[in-house]
Amino acid sequence: MKYFPHTQEDIEQMLQVAGLKSMDDLYGEIPAQLLFNREFDLPEAMSEVEIRKFIEALGKKNSRLACFAGAGVEDHYSPSIINPIISRGEFLTAYTPYQPEISQGTLQYIFEYQSMICELTGMDVTNASMYDGCTATAEAMMMAVAAAKKRNKVLMSATVNPKVKKVVETYAQYNGAVIEIIAEKDGVTDLADLEAKLAGDDVAGVILAQPNFYGIIEDYAGVAEMCHAKKALMIMNANPSALAVLKTPAEWGADIACGDGQTLGIPMNYGGPYVGYLACTNALVRKLPGRIVGATTDVDGKRAFVLTLQAREQHIRREKANSNICSNQSLMALYVTIYMSLMGYKGLKEVNKLSYAGAHYLAEQLVATGKCSMAFDKPFLNEFALKTTVCPKTIQAALLDNGILGGVRIADDTLLICVTEQRTKEEMDLFIETVKNL
Amino acid sequence: MSKIVEGLYYAESHEYVKIEGEYGYVGITDYAQHELGNVVYVDMPDVDDEVEAGADFGAVESVKAASDLISPVSGTVVEINEALNDQPELVNADPYANWIIKVQLSDASEVEKLMDAAAYKAAIGE
Amino acid sequence: MIRNYDKLIFELSKEGRVGYSLPKKQVEGGCMCCGIPENLRRESAPLLPEVTEFDVVRHYTNLSNKNFGVDTGFYPLGSCTMKYNPRINEEMAAHPAFTQLHPSMPTECAQGALEVYYNLAASLAEVSGLAEFTLNPYAGAHGELTGLMIMRQYHIQRGDLKRTKVIVPDSAHGTNPASAAVCGLQIVEVKSTANGTVDVEDLKPLLDDTIAGIMMTNPNTLGIFETEIPEISRLVHECGGLLYYDGANLNAVLGKCRPGDMGFDIMHINLHKTFSTPHGGGGPGDGPVGVRAGLEHLLPNPQVKKDENGRFYLQCDEKSAGYVSNFLGNFGIIMRAYTYILTLGRENVKMVGPLAVLNANYVKESLKGEYYLPIEGVCKHEFVFDGLADKSTGVTTLDIAKRLLDYGYHAPTIYFPLLFHQSIMIEPTETESKETLDEFIAVMKKVAQEAIENPEIVKSAPHSTPVRRLDETTAARFPKTTYKQLKG
Repeated sequence: MKYFPHTQEDIEQMLQVAGLKSMDDLYGEIPAQLLFNREFDLPEAMSEVEIRKFIEALGKKNSRLACFAGAGVEDHYSPSIINPIISRGEFLTAYTPYQPEISQGTLQYIFEYQSMICELTGMDVTNASMYDGCTATAEAMMMAVAAAKKRNKVLMSATVNPKVKKVVETYAQYNGAVIEIIAEKDGVTDLADLEAKLAGDDVAGVILAQPNFYGIIEDYAGVAEMCHAKKALMIMNANPSALAVLKTPAEWGADIACGDGQTLGIPMNYGGPYVGYLACTNALVRKLPGRIVGATTDVDGKRAFVLTLQAREQHIRREKANSNICSNQSLMALYVTIYMSLMGYKGLKEVNKLSYAGAHYLAEQLVATGKCSMAFDKPFLNEFALKTTVCPKTIQAALLDNGILGGVRIADDTLLICVTEQRTKEEMDLFIETVKNL
Repeated sequence: MSKIVEGLYYAESHEYVKIEGEYGYVGITDYAQHELGNVVYVDMPDVDDEVEAGADFGAVESVKAASDLISPVSGTVVEINEALNDQPELVNADPYANWIIKVQLSDASEVEKLMDAAAYKAAIGE
Repeated sequence: MIRNYDKLIFELSKEGRVGYSLPKKQVEGGCMCCGIPENLRRESAPLLPEVTEFDVVRHYTNLSNKNFGVDTGFYPLGSCTMKYNPRINEEMAAHPAFTQLHPSMPTECAQGALEVYYNLAASLAEVSGLAEFTLNPYAGAHGELTGLMIMRQYHIQRGDLKRTKVIVPDSAHGTNPASAAVCGLQIVEVKSTANGTVDVEDLKPLLDDTIAGIMMTNPNTLGIFETEIPEISRLVHECGGLLYYDGANLNAVLGKCRPGDMGFDIMHINLHKTFSTPHGGGGPGDGPVGVRAGLEHLLPNPQVKKDENGRFYLQCDEKSAGYVSNFLGNFGIIMRAYTYILTLGRENVKMVGPLAVLNANYVKESLKGEYYLPIEGVCKHEFVFDGLADKSTGVTTLDIAKRLLDYGYHAPTIYFPLLFHQSIMIEPTETESKETLDEFIAVMKKVAQEAIENPEIVKSAPHSTPVRRLDETTAARFPKTTYKQLKG
């Protein structure tokens, strides 16, 4: 077995040093009834040749489709150099940077990641990353409850992605927080309902989305003031790629920004790994969970980076920590850091421009078929909800026959369709033709 | 050898309280700051918060440790030592001059359950 | 010198440079700049670097040279199972037939991916002796939280609402109490005996009708097998509680005994420890959670099921403990762990634990003269020294750890577990050869010798690393966590 270096001679010598007679003696103290002594019901070992063929065959059972689905996960372009860099063993096979003297690579890219996330969101500070956007939002919810001390109610807009909602609600259920949903009106958060729900002076935080689940860019003018007047924190779940062009959480007056970094070039990977981000104002830094990297100097005065503010974390605070998160989604933080470095502000804007143009073209042309109409008359970036006169299932089935993943069905008569810079005019026209021909 | 000030009252969890009339100034002892090492942050309650003898009201953090602050007395926080927000190291420099919270005592007799300087000195084995 | 490279990516920036190439605009019209109302647009430009692709390649390659991974050298970090991370795992995980799948795809278009998920879950069930696994949690701590949600939900659905306490050994990792607290459970500590195992006599009086369960690792954080586990299982179950197995130390017993057979009801596994997926500088990992028969419906949604025709489908059970992730966990990590199991096969899985335990005992016995071994006897996959045997030198565990960096080793886990003042926790894993261990043993002995003969060189270590000891106090007092703050 190529992963086991032990020769028979090694084993004998090592047992002797350990003062043992046989390999069984290594488990000599364990009660006999606990020892496993049949063959495992697993396949026999495979060679690399066999594994490649086996996985290839499994891969053939998946379909390759032109992706017009979004709903939080988008098919963006991944630059070719990212994989080779993150595959370097020094990054890939390191653990969390406990020994800063030999972990400056990891620590510095986290510092760069933090800097870029703060630039995109406009927030003061962020942590070294979270698992995904859903759990980052759940952590934001717990931050708000911890910061409020005696309040445990958090409001969440109906326009937040249902996947995020479900995770936040699950965490809240066990954590002891109470989630109330703010109604939606014409596809956006009903601000009158928000105001009414804040009136009780018992709300710790308010979770909103930008763009929202329907792809709509919501107007949150006055919302921060509304929240802060009632001592509630404003939490914004925002698509970081879109923040290159949209008003930032900080510009809206949010206290916490969170979301999923998948849109920063991470392959869709059937749901993961992605990277969650969680950023906040300076006032909340002590409530921010997870690792944080800070700049400092070494004994020779050289600039260096180190894990800092560690006394917030579970390994020190144990049950008093605000979160149980141990580490971060480090390699994926590196992924998006390289992506943001390559794209820069200009590239990110370009991605949004291309996606915007594609989405608006597709929306117009689909409406022109007479078989669909826009679900909402609101500004959107690269994703839109479409009411269909034909059953969305029929549309999706027809598109599937043409190799197209035709959005996500979000109601019996509504499709959510997303366009990225990767979609060609031919793919969009095929989409349109297919609908037209139904 | 840690500094211990006569006339203060001490708790087993290494907080002291200095009584002035109906108020008590609560901080950590020299022994405690020494054990913790370089203090990097003091987590303090808000003014008007209630504190209860034996319950925690905040924490003192060093680089790789955090110690809960346990109030030796009950009452209402009337002032916090704002200077510690920017200069937590003051706790290391002189923990007795740099108290953490000022409490309006709700039960002055509680201090009788605390140690005096001599008893505290014995408790920390000095 | 490469190792002196000290630029930030922002410092390479020059206005006008680009590092991307994007397709031309595909369609007429659709101008974003006129389409998005002014009040919804970003006001200030973000400060992102303007660099070429080549700048980026060199920059991060240089940064990687200031890092240490398992590929670089021996990484005996206790409790982290830093074993070799095979490259075939990476190759399979990067297969475009899997990486390009959108989570909202119809399941009939993702049968291959669902089969991978299903098969890995089944394999984990087989090696751990539990009935069914979810792979949705993203990490060990996340699996732990999920497992505790299942524990609470189990009691809630039985209408037994007063079980809100969970017992945690005093030797446990900080994550255990933190996860319990996040899950709304109160922590009750059970004491350890002198050899670090759960004190059964101390446990008994804690067991009443408010106990939801107990969280344990086996072997425990000292690398000692809890031989009283059948009795503990009986006692906890009799009181109506469940046993939770923290899979952090599963590598010790993989192939030799199974948590399910020990009486555990719920467990998590760290794929990035036991199943060879890379630690990635802190993640992504994956934290599958398994349950015994009768608790399957409580696993988080969505659940992957197989119908009688062999087709895979997703199911959302109303009685589930809830939703803990975006979709099916870190699928890319699942691909890697599955590849590892295929590579090992049934014949090699059973050697993982024994060889890891052999390596640990070999190192322990070779060094116990120079380092103080507080608990004698056969250990499992790891063991703990309480500093140097010679306590007169003034050389601490931190100094030893830093000196090891000079010799080209990653340090062991230090100052954990908290049971000893100078803990040095060493876990060699099964993928290290006798020669590697011999060299490490020689260096550990040399450091012990230096501590006596030239303690200053140890106390001021490291000397040969890209940076030396850091000012962590200033970093924490005046946090500078972004480039903007650094520039002032």
